Amino acid sequence: MKEETGDETVLDVLERRGLTRRAFLQVCAAVTSALALSPAEAARITQVLASKPRPTVIYLSYQECTGCLESLTRSFSPGIASLIFNDISLAFNDTLQAAAGEAAEEAKDSAMKKAWGKYVLIVDGAVPLAENGAYCTVAGRSAVSDLRHAASGAAAVVAVGTCASFGGLPYAAPNPTGAVPVSEIVRDRPIINVSGCPPIAEVITGVIIYYTTFGLPALDRLHRPMSFYGNSIHDRCYRRPFYDRGMFAKTFDDEGARQGWCLYELGCKGPVTHNACPTMKWNGGTSYPIESGHPCLGCSEPDFWDKGGFYRPLSVPTGHWSRAGVMGAAAAAGVVAGLGAAVAARVRQDRTHKPDAGGDTNQKTPKS
Amino acid sequence: MSGASLLTFARGPAFEVALAMLIFGMVWRLVGILALRRSRDYSEGRKTAGWVSGLRVIFSRSWPQAEFRERVLHWDIVSYLFHLGYAVAILGYLPHILLIRNLTGLRWPGLPGGAIAFAAGIAAASLLALLGHRLTSPVLRKLSNFDDYFSWFIAFVPLITGLMAYYNIGDSYQMVLGLHILSGDILFAWLPFGKLMHVILFAFSRGKTGAVYGRRGAAI
Ligand code: SF4
Repeated sequence: MKEETGDETVLDVLERRGLTRRAFLQVCAAVTSALALSPAEAARITQVLASKPRPTVIYLSYQECTGCLESLTRSFSPGIASLIFNDISLAFNDTLQAAAGEAAEEAKDSAMKKAWGKYVLIVDGAVPLAENGAYCTVAGRSAVSDLRHAASGAAAVVAVGTCASFGGLPYAAPNPTGAVPVSEIVRDRPIINVSGCPPIAEVITGVIIYYTTFGLPALDRLHRPMSFYGNSIHDRCYRRPFYDRGMFAKTFDDEGARQGWCLYELGCKGPVTHNACPTMKWNGGTSYPIESGHPCLGCSEPDFWDKGGFYRPLSVPTGHWSRAGVMGAAAAAGVVAGLGAAVAARVRQDRTHKPDAGGDTNQKTPKS
Repeated sequence: MSGASLLTFARGPAFEVALAMLIFGMVWRLVGILALRRSRDYSEGRKTAGWVSGLRVIFSRSWPQAEFRERVLHWDIVSYLFHLGYAVAILGYLPHILLIRNLTGLRWPGLPGGAIAFAAGIAAASLLALLGHRLTSPVLRKLSNFDDYFSWFIAFVPLITGLMAYYNIGDSYQMVLGLHILSGDILFAWLPFGKLMHVILFAFSRGKTGAVYGRRGAAI
């Protein structure tokens, strides 16, 4: 783990390690292709990586499962090793680093001090606010005060994973710890949300490199980079022709499932989920959940745990209350109100028509 | 409100409230009408089985009488196009079928998306034409009240938002889908309380008229 912030560029680092300029150009090409940059941006990336000091990155983890970091360590292009050793100066990450306890805290403090105001803060996990933040503490300090302090010295914050971006699992009802996303705490720094449970490895590294090279990418309304989250899963899904033709798998092992038909009926949330799964795929481009036969869970969207169930189709009610209770109570109330209205009508008739006046001919006929 | 929270609201509490209002309103109106006092008939019926003509009239009134045919047939056709298009869009689209299955346990095969979009397009165009007719015909304008326009609006919005969702028109798909489902909720909730209740009452109204006049021997 590097501790010095330094003013080294990526080119400097490669040269110091005895690699040639050709190797440097190869790194640039890999980054360019991973980020799907335009030719103009590709030319700029070479220039920037050769001249701009590598940014210091501080990676903090709070209420999380480490799945995001697990994902990050499986990045193929640009790989995590290249990211850490060449492209950024990862000054602190409590899971990847060897140091622990007070030594680790000291390393973090000194790295932050050296690059104060300039480092990129990566946050993984939600932050609990209930009981003064007592549900998540690091080195005796609550996550919320730790994050506030770290964010105040950051140039920008990258919230990695749905927990950091939108609250994720800790935020799910009933949210006993009062968990909130990073954006609820950090309001005066640019925030890039890299959502997903976990996010695609190459999306995490891609966003970090893009930010450190070019600055803030174009973001959507949920502060996610448009280049990775601009399209819905459904827009790019290879099963889409089946959706359009009305051909749906009804169970996980029926003929439709075997033929690769659309998984909407099995609860697919692809139509309302923005992510790069169908194009970037997972595990070095091997496949993605829908390709493996499982509906999209919608993990890169806010509140995906609380949308009525992973296997409940999108058009079906979330089942807020007891269906039988609602229908029964409404029908019973309707019977009472209807009988009441009819009795009132009869009483009115009795008052206006004498019983011997030839019976009631004033009866209303329902409208057609 | 974000698109995601609107969608969750529309699929969650809003739907349940709408369903409760639909059931309450339908039961209230049906019980209220059926429990009214029946008129006493002092004359001897020309026909004893009035219900037969009642049943016949439910269907015979679905087509204009010969005397009016020339004047109204084209509007009847437009109205049919709307009703058929609407029915196909509602009952043929798998996401709707899944909702019905969730409520009733019934299901049937769906149609391709293109066929649904076509049917919904026809229904929307017909509805616009019918509104144009209502606004330009002096007689219809005089007969129309808030209920007519609101019922038109609340039938039109789910069609348009449904088409927008299908063709992915609009900034946020979640917002459009949320609006579509919410407009469906409002349609459900409003249905029993206005003229849209004709989806049920038309049969009672026609049946009653047919039975009464049939018993009296009127050709109907
Ligand atoms: S499997 Fe999901 S994302 Fe793919 S077409 Fe069907 S609904 Fe859309």
